[in-house]
This record gives sequence, structure tokens and C-alpha cells, in this order.
Amino acid sequence: MNKTVNHKAWFLVLPVLVLVAFNAFIPLMTVVNYSVQETFGDNTFFWAGLIWFEDVLHSERFHAALVRQLTFTFTILAIEIPLGVVIALTMPKRGIWVPVCLVTMALPLLIPWNVVGAIWNIFALPEIGLLGQVLNGLGIDYNFTRQPGAAWFTLIAMDVWHWTSLVVLLAYAGLVSIPDAFYQAAKIDGASTWAIFRHIQLPKMKRVLTIAVLLRFMDSFNIYTEPFVLTGGGPGNSTTLLSIDLVKLALGQFDLGPAAAMSLIYFLIILALSWIFYTLMMRDEER
Amino acid sequence: MRRLSPLVPALYILFVMLPIYWLLNMSFKTTNEILGDFTLWPREFTLENYITIFSDPTWYMGYVNSLAYVTINTVISVTAALPAAYAFSRYRFLGDKHLFFWLLTNRMAPVAVFALPFFQLYSAVGLFDTHLAVALAHTLFNIPLAVWILEGFMSGVPRQLDETAYVDGYSFPHFFVRIFLPTIAAGIGVACFFCFMFSWVELLLAKTLTAVEAKPIAATMTRTASSSGYELGLLAAAGTLTIVPGAFVIYFVRNYIAKGFALGRV
Repeated sequence: MNKTVNHKAWFLVLPVLVLVAFNAFIPLMTVVNYSVQETFGDNTFFWAGLIWFEDVLHSERFHAALVRQLTFTFTILAIEIPLGVVIALTMPKRGIWVPVCLVTMALPLLIPWNVVGAIWNIFALPEIGLLGQVLNGLGIDYNFTRQPGAAWFTLIAMDVWHWTSLVVLLAYAGLVSIPDAFYQAAKIDGASTWAIFRHIQLPKMKRVLTIAVLLRFMDSFNIYTEPFVLTGGGPGNSTTLLSIDLVKLALGQFDLGPAAAMSLIYFLIILALSWIFYTLMMRDEER
Repeated sequence: MRRLSPLVPALYILFVMLPIYWLLNMSFKTTNEILGDFTLWPREFTLENYITIFSDPTWYMGYVNSLAYVTINTVISVTAALPAAYAFSRYRFLGDKHLFFWLLTNRMAPVAVFALPFFQLYSAVGLFDTHLAVALAHTLFNIPLAVWILEGFMSGVPRQLDETAYVDGYSFPHFFVRIFLPTIAAGIGVACFFCFMFSWVELLLAKTLTAVEAKPIAATMTRTASSSGYELGLLAAAGTLTIVPGAFVIYFVRNYIAKGFALGRV
């Protein structure tokens, strides 16, 4: 669409700008401030230069948390995106089952995040949880509070439960926008189910799927509350993702300098990766 | 293949409902039954947990507080986002693309990073432990989202509408409120839904910025869990009640939900 050039449009953006700047700029500058200073805990600060950044970049603890974070994010993307697409494809397109499906599936999205953690905690506990009892009843030794493997399994299952619906709803929105004429044409040509998916459905879903990947990527990289309530980062450090590690460092040990440096590095990683996604998305849109 | 396909969503819905059923099941049990036997449904059905919540102000005020800041946040976010989204969808101006991306970056900022600075900022301006503080803090990620959604919906409205209105002698504010807003009512509804959703589910900032007066229900739950040992039934009942407002809101927007989740960009 051709838009008119109008610099006065800045006035329309002003309220948003002021509100977001207040919330984003001041806290960000506080973090920057901490990241270059040293304190001995008595509210006196010394210039420390970039040593915290060097420390964090070389620390094995940060590397380990980053590796866990990347493993988590790419595992859930690899499960949630294809699963969401398959569910959207098999969902009814009209009739009374549509609202039933949409409403029940959207339910996990509106549960407060710590309640999500609590739900999965009591669902998976070996003594009182349904999942724990069933798995142990089947002869599988399962206790997510002690076994790192089981903790990861529960964490991934929880995230798939929590967020696959978002992918389903996005993909479904893309699918219902395809006119029936497309399918009729495909039928006349004798196209296979796979051909219909590959040449009609997938291109139509491309844009919404990009949004899905972008949102899931950003949010899973920021995940804090759910794993904190479910496993608390344990057993040991096995499920300590970046955010959990950061809060342990900042509020648990009160190492403000390293925590701030870590925050900024963490933010920059998300920013860089999201910028790549965003540019790809916008390039498609302008085409 | 074709006959088996309804099984996939059915199995998925089962997977979605099982943990929720377990929560509901536990909320009607006594603490003894939860810890004593493993039962698939409550043997000694009790409403005790719900009665406790509705008769104890520290519990039910949690819901009032949560609903209060979520509502304030939704109103502020959508009101501020409306003119901005109009500017992005209709005009080209200096730095528009950079501004749009900068707004989105705030959606990406890890909340854990900002928890401590937020506490200091809102203490400094004297808003700590008020509903307004949480509502304002949540605009950080809700305004960018609202702008994004509304811009999508507004771009779907042809420019001719604006031009015709100006030719007919409407002033900008008059046109915007009387003609334009009713045209994108569905989009506003969807934006409100998303703001409600993300403000309702967020806990870290809400917990950091409140102490007593404005404490959200989700924070009440975490403190009870740690202080008075294992009151799982009570926790389950409180959890069940946090699902209710969400379910209520989804029911109202069910017809727009598909389009809304595509952010108006299908």
C-alpha cells in the first residue's frame, strides 16, 4: 500500500513513545549502569569497565545455561510447530465442533504462568500426580524431582501443553482464509493430499507461521516462571535456563555487576536473533 | 487416513484437558485424601477449599487486585496504541520502521532482566504497591503487541474511507472516533483480549511491584505454598479459579479468535 509522507504522524505515536520509553529506557539504563561498576554492598560504586562482560563471556556457568536454553528453545520449536500444523490441518473447518475445539485449545494460554507450573507439578509428582502414577505403574522409574532426564521430559511436555495451541490457532487462521475454489481446482487436477499441503496450504500459512516461530522463539527464550515453579532449576542445575540463572545471580547472590552484564548479553542475543526473523518476515511482506 | 484424522484434535484436546482435570479433581479433595490415597475422583467430595478462598480477604482480594490492574492496563494499552497504530498503517514518517522495530524489541526483553530496575524505578516515583504500577509496567510488552495487532486490522481498511470522510468535511478526531473506530471494532476487541491475556498470566513483574495492597492472586498462591506447608487442595482451588476469567473471556471472543491470533494479517 502506498502511504503518504506525513511527519506530523509523530504526534500520534507520542503517547506510546512516552509510556514505553519510561518503562524501557530507565530500567535499561539502570542495568547498563550496574554492568560497568563494582560495589561492596554499602551503596558505593566504583567504575569497573568491561570486566563483568569478560567474566560472563568466559564463565562456564553462563555457557552451560546458554546451551541448556538453546536446547530447550529448539526442542520445543521442533515439536510445537509441526504438531501445531498437523492439528490445524485435521481440525474441523465448520460446524459446532469449531468453537468447542478453539475454546478448549485456547484454555492453557490464559492460565497464569505460575499456575501452569503448579498444575504440572501436581500432575507429574510420582506420589500424588496422575502422570507420575501412570508412568510408575507401567514400570518406568519416573521422578522428575530427582532425575534430570525426567525433569527435562516434564519441562518439555509442559511447554508443549502450554503453547502448542498458539501455533494451532495461528495455522488454523491461515487455513480458513483459503477460498474453497482453490481446493476444487486441486480436486479437478487430481492433486494428492501432500500436493495440496505443499502448494496450497503451506504457502498460505507461511506468514502466520513466521509470526508463530517469532513469538515462540522470543517467549521460550524468556521463560522463567513455569520452570521455576515446576523444578526450581533442579535437580542440581539440570534445568536452570538463562532467566533462572540470572535471577539466582542477581537476587540470590546479589552479584549485581555480573548479573547486569549477563542481562545485557542475554538481551543482545535475543535482539540479534529476533532481528533476523523480523527482517525475513518484513522482506516477505513487501514482496 | 481421512477417517482417522478427527482423532488428532481429539487426542490433543484430551492431552490439554487431563492436567486441568487433575487440578479440578484435587480442588474438591481434602488434604488427607490427597496425601493419603491415590484416587481418580474425589471420594470425600468437599467444597471446603473454595469456601476458605471466598471467606478470607487475603485470598479473594488477590482476585480483585489482579482484575483491577489487568483492566487498567488493557484500557491504557489499547487507548495509547490506537492513534499510534493509525499512524503506522496510514503514514510514512521519519524513522517509522526503526520505531516499529524498537517497539517490538520491548516484547522481546526478558522480564527477569528488568525485575530489579523496575522495583527501583517504581519505588522512586512512589507508585510501589499500587494497581497503577503493575498496569503501567505491563504496558511494556502489551503496547507493542496492541500496536502490532491494531496496525494489521487498520491496514485492512481501505484508505478511501479516510479520504471520503475528509472530503465530507469531517475533522480528524471526529472521523477517527465516529467512523474509523466502529469499523475496526473487531480488531479492538482482539487487541483487548491479548492485553488482558498477557497481563493476566504475567507474574514476575506483578509480584516484584506489589507487597500487600495490590498483591495479585498468583502471588498469594506462591506465598501460601511456601509458608504453610502442603495445602495442596487450597492451592488447586485457587488455581482453578484463576482459569475462570480466562475461559470467560475466550468464550466472548470465540468468533474472532482465529483471525485475532493471526494478528489481522491473514
